[in-house]
Amino acid sequence: MNSLLGALAWLTDPVNWSGSRGIPVRLLEHLGITGIAVLVAALIAVSLGLYIGHTGRLSFLVVSTTGALRALPTLGLLVLFALWLGIGLGPVIIVLVVLAIPPLLAGAYAGVESVDRSTIDAARAMGMTEWQILTRVEIPLGLPIIVGGLRSAVLQVVATATIAAYLPIGGLGRYIFDYLTLRRFEPVFAGAILVTLLALVLEGVFALLQRLAVPRGVRILQGSSAARGGIGRAERIQLAAGSLDGDAPPGPPGDRPDPVPAAPTSSHPTQ
Amino acid sequence: MTWVLANLEQIWRLTLDHVALSVPPIILGFLIAVPLGWLAHRYRPSRGIVLTVSGLLYTIPGIALFLSLPVVLGTRILDPINVIVGMTIYAVALLARTAADAFDAVSNDVRQSSVAVGYGPIRRFFVVELPLAGPVLLSGLRVVSASTVSLVSIGSLIGVSSLGYFFLNGLNRRFPTEILTGIVGVIVIAVVFDLFLVLIGRVLLPWARDARPSARRGRRAVA
Amino acid sequence: MITFEGVSKRFPDGSVAVDDFSLTIPSRSTTVLVGSSGSGKTTLLRMINRMVDPTGGRILIDDEDVAGLEPVKLRRRIGYVMQNSGLLPHRTVIDNVATVPILEGVKKSVAHEQALRLLDTVGLDRGLAKRYPAQLSGGQQQRVGVARGLAVDPNILLMDEPFGAVDPLVRDELQQELLRIQRELSKTVVFVTHDIDEAFLLGDQVVILRTGGVIAQAGTPAEILANPADEFVASFIGADRGKRSLHVDAEHGDLARGERVLVDGTGRVVGILRDEPGIASSHGAASS
Repeated sequence: MNSLLGALAWLTDPVNWSGSRGIPVRLLEHLGITGIAVLVAALIAVSLGLYIGHTGRLSFLVVSTTGALRALPTLGLLVLFALWLGIGLGPVIIVLVVLAIPPLLAGAYAGVESVDRSTIDAARAMGMTEWQILTRVEIPLGLPIIVGGLRSAVLQVVATATIAAYLPIGGLGRYIFDYLTLRRFEPVFAGAILVTLLALVLEGVFALLQRLAVPRGVRILQGSSAARGGIGRAERIQLAAGSLDGDAPPGPPGDRPDPVPAAPTSSHPTQ
Repeated sequence: MTWVLANLEQIWRLTLDHVALSVPPIILGFLIAVPLGWLAHRYRPSRGIVLTVSGLLYTIPGIALFLSLPVVLGTRILDPINVIVGMTIYAVALLARTAADAFDAVSNDVRQSSVAVGYGPIRRFFVVELPLAGPVLLSGLRVVSASTVSLVSIGSLIGVSSLGYFFLNGLNRRFPTEILTGIVGVIVIAVVFDLFLVLIGRVLLPWARDARPSARRGRRAVA
Repeated sequence: MITFEGVSKRFPDGSVAVDDFSLTIPSRSTTVLVGSSGSGKTTLLRMINRMVDPTGGRILIDDEDVAGLEPVKLRRRIGYVMQNSGLLPHRTVIDNVATVPILEGVKKSVAHEQALRLLDTVGLDRGLAKRYPAQLSGGQQQRVGVARGLAVDPNILLMDEPFGAVDPLVRDELQQELLRIQRELSKTVVFVTHDIDEAFLLGDQVVILRTGGVIAQAGTPAEILANPADEFVASFIGADRGKRSLHVDAEHGDLARGERVLVDGTGRVVGILRDEPGIASSHGAASS
């Protein structure tokens, strides 16, 4: 308990809230690294996932990347890239991008895939172009699951960015690794608390975003199908997507009170 | 390659350390998560609590969890027990949800008919519900196994011995071979564990082998 | 006028859905393609708006080969109504109906005004305009589907078992609505169903299909009933089991009021025969 009090005292000390090693700077560094990595990964993985989901081509990519990367130790990857490319932000971003791709890819793919085939068929039959089908039907209806993929990716990257501070680059992880070797545990615990808080806040924000991403008409639909106790097609797809995503435990049952589809929402094991 | 041959003994020792850190969380996680998942499935109010708490625990970054545990448990900060407990928490967090979904997915008709046949609640759990939830539980367990084996290596950052040692030592010595050895070692352990779990599944759940396309897809995903 | 000229469809897996199919569908009337599953009726329908492209032969709309038309443009001038309404679940009723006009560049306010009038046409209360599909009954959803099909004022309306998933009472109602709408608008309707009674009710021309898109018989309902081409047709329309041969049951009915009970060949009581010609001609009441 002493260490906890020490950490709290450290956290409330104004000295630690200013300067280039202050908490605001470290927090911004952490968010910046995370943001850049997720953005780059999203540009690659979401567009690829949408393409795969829309066309049905290359779907083996989703399965193989999610599976193969799970067993790959992130720390090993980080240090290996740091050795090859030199210590700095570049190699870290590369590794974080690689890590963020599978959940984003799986989310985008499963999102499009979850849309009822007959809805897409009808959209095509009434004369929508393939691009209009993607942007006006598949993306809006798949958005909760796509955002779910984003949520997993962000949490994964926030956690991994913490250990990337070992290299050392910036971010809240610096409090942990700068002081661990010095055996000064107050800042170490404070760093752990800050990282945890950051992860929890982001988790909350994305859970909210995911909820907001459910189109109103769909929420009503889910409400009524839950009332009937049936399992909808989208949910069955998620069941399948869940098992291929792996991290998403096999899909939600029909009687789940939570109206938000939960395909690849649960975060990756944190690093 | 010469380095690997020269250091076989150390590689083997760290591999054993790694296995010793990985196995308890996988087993404990399963034993704790199944009853929790069943509770969440059976009693609606408990469902929200179990799923929310496991979701939040799952959110905590690994290194932060390892470092926080001594405060909660009163253990020493560099104690391997922190890594084991931390990994167990992750395993429970992930598997409890899987287990709840797995029990939910057991067909209600089958459950009703087993009531009608006259099974009591305990017998019904072991004879009907658990085996039928088995394939989904197994696929969840395989995910837990792979990520546990991979994550244990970050324990090396707080001085807990595992194959992760090669990552840090390799970085200090600027020696990629050592890092690669560590990575390959981790992957080999993960694959061996996965094959073992698949084998257990074949023996305990013989009917599920070809009946469930989704389970088969999951199998390929990990292998 | 829609013309099928020796049309075939062989799927990549080698199965043949339709082989050398030829048919002329006259304008401003309803043609019903009826057959069991595997008769290729939906494939034929979907070839008209190029949702499926034939592997042989050609399809002409007013003497223009559809193969030379851009699919998206073609589809936008053809109405399409499908079984499970196919409404976009994240859009309100009015937005669903106005979708294609807005894609075509019609101003939103104009498209919405037009959509409201279409709701009137299909017998839906304008108060439902802001609802989502999930808030409507199955019958209401199908009406919205029909309104959406009519939104660009197409000459051609394709209907793929549009009433197949609603319960019988609602289906009767929707069928009557469609007859009314067709009397008002006179579209070229191509309607697919597996229900022969529905085909006889709605079709000016009925085309009975065997497996593989082979025409067993085509003609008006009266022609088919009077002269089934072969045993397959007789069986399909129920004539072989006596379903279509009615006689007056002498023992029942109120002769004094000019009413006699009609019984079919299987012994099932099917209705009342009255003398007044006006009532007897509304044939929906006597059958089914």
